[in-house]
Amino acid sequence: MDPNTLKFATSHEWVHLDDGTATVGISDFAVRELTDLVYIELPEVGRTVSIGDSFGEVESVKAVSDLYAPVAGEIVEVNEALRNDLSPLSDDAFGAGWIAKIKTDNSSETSELMDYNAYQKFCESEKG
Amino acid sequence: MRNKLATQSLFELSAAGRRATTFPESDVGAGPLDELLPAEQLAESPPPLPELSEPTVVRHFVNLSTLNMSVDTHFYPLGSCTMKYNPKRHERLARFGGIGDLHPYAHPEDSQGMLAVLYDLQEMLAEIAGLPAVSLHPAAGAQGELTALLVAAAWFRDRGEERTKVLFPSSAHGTNPASAALAGFKTVQLNKSAGGLVDFDELVSQVDDSTAVFMITNPNTLGIFEKEIVRISQLLHDHGALVYIDGANMNANVGITRPGDFGGDMMHYNVHKTFTGPHGAGGPGAGPIAVRDFLADYLPAPVVQKTGEGYELATPSRSIGRMRSFFGNVGILLRGYFYLRTLGASGLKDVAEQAVLNANYLKAKLADVLPVPDGEWCLHEFVASAKRVKDERGITAMDIAKRLLDYGFHAPTVYFPLVVPEAMMIEPTETESMETLDCFAKAIRTIVTEDPEFLHSAPHTTPISRPDEVAAGRNPVFRWTPACDS
Amino acid sequence: MAYLLNTEDQQQKMLESIGADSVADLFRGIPDAVRVEGLLRLPPALTEMELEAEVAERAAENVSAARVCFLGGGAYDHFVPAVVDEIAGRGEFYTAYTPYQPEASQGSLQAFFEYQTLICQLTGMEVANASLYEGGTAVSEAAFMAMRVTNRHTKVAVLGSVHPEYRQVLETYTGNLDCEVVTIPTPDGTCDLNRAAEALDERTACLIVQHPNFFGCLEDAAKLTQIAHEVGALSVVSFDPISLGVLKNPGSYGADIAVAEGQPLGIPLQYGGPYLGVLASKKDFVRKMPGRIVSEARDREGRACYVLGLQTREQHIRREKATSNICTNQGLLALRATVYLSLLGPQGLREAAELCCRKAHFAAEQLSSSDEFDLMFDRPFFKEFALRCRGGAAAARDRARASGFDVGPELSRFSSMGSAFTDEALLVAVTEQRTREEIDELASVFNVP
Repeated sequence: MDPNTLKFATSHEWVHLDDGTATVGISDFAVRELTDLVYIELPEVGRTVSIGDSFGEVESVKAVSDLYAPVAGEIVEVNEALRNDLSPLSDDAFGAGWIAKIKTDNSSETSELMDYNAYQKFCESEKG
Repeated sequence: MRNKLATQSLFELSAAGRRATTFPESDVGAGPLDELLPAEQLAESPPPLPELSEPTVVRHFVNLSTLNMSVDTHFYPLGSCTMKYNPKRHERLARFGGIGDLHPYAHPEDSQGMLAVLYDLQEMLAEIAGLPAVSLHPAAGAQGELTALLVAAAWFRDRGEERTKVLFPSSAHGTNPASAALAGFKTVQLNKSAGGLVDFDELVSQVDDSTAVFMITNPNTLGIFEKEIVRISQLLHDHGALVYIDGANMNANVGITRPGDFGGDMMHYNVHKTFTGPHGAGGPGAGPIAVRDFLADYLPAPVVQKTGEGYELATPSRSIGRMRSFFGNVGILLRGYFYLRTLGASGLKDVAEQAVLNANYLKAKLADVLPVPDGEWCLHEFVASAKRVKDERGITAMDIAKRLLDYGFHAPTVYFPLVVPEAMMIEPTETESMETLDCFAKAIRTIVTEDPEFLHSAPHTTPISRPDEVAAGRNPVFRWTPACDS
Repeated sequence: MAYLLNTEDQQQKMLESIGADSVADLFRGIPDAVRVEGLLRLPPALTEMELEAEVAERAAENVSAARVCFLGGGAYDHFVPAVVDEIAGRGEFYTAYTPYQPEASQGSLQAFFEYQTLICQLTGMEVANASLYEGGTAVSEAAFMAMRVTNRHTKVAVLGSVHPEYRQVLETYTGNLDCEVVTIPTPDGTCDLNRAAEALDERTACLIVQHPNFFGCLEDAAKLTQIAHEVGALSVVSFDPISLGVLKNPGSYGADIAVAEGQPLGIPLQYGGPYLGVLASKKDFVRKMPGRIVSEARDREGRACYVLGLQTREQHIRREKATSNICTNQGLLALRATVYLSLLGPQGLREAAELCCRKAHFAAEQLSSSDEFDLMFDRPFFKEFALRCRGGAAAARDRARASGFDVGPELSRFSSMGSAFTDEALLVAVTEQRTREEIDELASVFNVP
């Protein structure tokens, strides 16, 4: 997916909105910062999340990071393939590395999120 | 020389029919067990443990022991861990008949010697802390923290105060925030550093009437005394909050300064650091706490009290309860007692002085290759930075740490605290000689000139080389199975 | 002083190289106002010889240790083979630190990996950690673990027959949290299954069972596990490691978390600690586990080796979000248990368990034939049982003491912890070390012919 079509949260999740369904993942920047990933805890399908809820975890040897829901709604699908192979998270963060799909009924709630340009600037400031 | 035959796993060494320990025949009859216990509760066969002979067991574990570095065999300058010599006399005394074999529910009249020793230890720890009430109950430092925070919570509750926040600097040990969270508090980390010390202005901005406790290690994890500690304590007290002193670094304070005198209301000791309880490759420890008089009634049970003729176990009137079963980690507490009785007041002060002398000497010897960013002189430990060698030669703190193993030195603590880039936290302790420190310094000075590629793959002489932790993390194996053999 | 090494000359040289005038100078950073003036008020220093004499004197006052031990209640006088002391007494093990540097700690790491495996073999569980403090905190840690696994944080249920001190620890640990601890009364010595079912609901994170329980009686741990599972709660079972020489293990009946006081596994009594907290569980819950865990790995040459695994759960990395605040564990005691289980093997453990069980039943029969005692509970028991003493438990214990026997504890010690903890109730524990002769002599104190 072209990152320019995505929205980003300050906690490094990306969202792609498509007709009430939000596809969610974490950015390539976040994956790099975590270094070699070893495990992902995916959310349960059917769970309802509010914005900012922790809905899973990614773990490296050195750190664990919570996944925070960038939109509210019901988890309708998770990327089962990641359970056995985490490489899509680093190789194709904005595509095959998607984590969950959230059915959302309110499309305006992404207003707090950044576009790719703003997100890249945000990451620069995090590094500094 | 490694004996690879003997260090195969116990399970590979097993052969059906072998055994070591046997027991006497039953002298009370040997009828079918299901006459005593319901048949449906009985296992069909005993657990599938390995079957081994005694010589095999001995050779296995003795050989395994030779794969370790330890204080008995090597210099072990692990910062924040106070790896000092563990006196052999303690080991013998702790096993004495009447001590090592005393049951925790022995009648108090039949355990007066033990209670007297524990009472004396309470008194000595109160004196060293400058805080009058001591509980020997907590099993380790982290449990001491949790205990004290629960004591604080109960005290505030009794006063009708709702205080929800625990503050700590970013250089705090991980146990501080973990204990605060477990005790039900909201954790607030102070992120700024003023030359390695707490940033007073940041603290001012965070302290308010919802602050319960400020947890601080002093000297801090950089080995620097918080010189504003009195002002810091005053600020907390002005807001009605309490000050907790993490006693991990007490080796620099003993006989020199007391947490109770510099404003602490509560503290824990790590008997296994400061007072020579051996670390046992991860434990046991003992984490007694000392508190101010107004908190004494909240201490966990039991405490030892003096009566007219002797000693008894008592439950303080507003006690938070129990933190563990039985009295405490008595075996470790006793080693602390033996140590303090061996040193006396003057010996204890010598410990702090010599520990600080050794640390400063080593710091000076390394200053030009591994500079220490903060502080002029350190106390019992210092945090050097390998940033410059990393920038100039691509050699990391981890490379140096691993290569030190080849030179016969245990590695310092690395990458903690996070406030120092490429941190190497070095605590030599007082039980090392100048000659050892000289050799260690020379080893580091040599290492930073070695081929970086060679260092990245260090160590080269240890029983194993660097493990692949990423692969282990992806496919962790926590127990032996027959498939492990392949 | 024996443990300091630098001579006066050396100290002078060191000061010169530091650029300090005196050792006192190095403490400049500590404000004068908070310095100790002079010396602390501590007892005078003793030489090794003097200390040994004094400790010997104190030890002799602990006359309980010289008596024949029928004391129980969670700590037992089991036999400890010499090899256990010998191995645990090796400085390479007991003076090492936590094995954070795997290249310099393979001895301890392999021993802990073997410990984890032995605990799995013993319990029938899939994964064990490398130890917790002791049996009481292990129960609380298991309860917190169950809360994380079930995502139910407001209620745990515990049987009244669980060790009263373990229950007190649980109450203290949850004291400042929004978590209700529901105690299911066990006035008859074991749990009534209907009562357990009534106490549980879909808010309950776990049901905590001790089996054999504090009174020595066997619980129906299998049914209680089912009852917990019916409401989606976890089954936490606190077991006696020796009992698993004869009893079905927690894994066989589906327990989710198995915990224990590991003291019976080769650890001396030493007045209550250090002991060993055992914790094992189903593999799926491993990331919710507290404490250190050793994992197998490969080094750069592909050789099998061991490392501390899943460290990101722990406080030094995860801080306030860690699965526990525990840092120091009980490594040396885990080593003792490893050596002990290696020495006993399956047959030795079965023999020890059978001897405890047979001797306890013999003792119960002998003592209950005295006019002064009844068995409190008509329930199957393993190595420990509760007596109802007509003349009061304290008086019975005193008579035994006067004749060279230590029996107990009296349950009145825990009088606030349930209706069974009366002034008449006395526990008696019988290990493989007690002989028929000793049991007969104890009975004769109470007029059993």
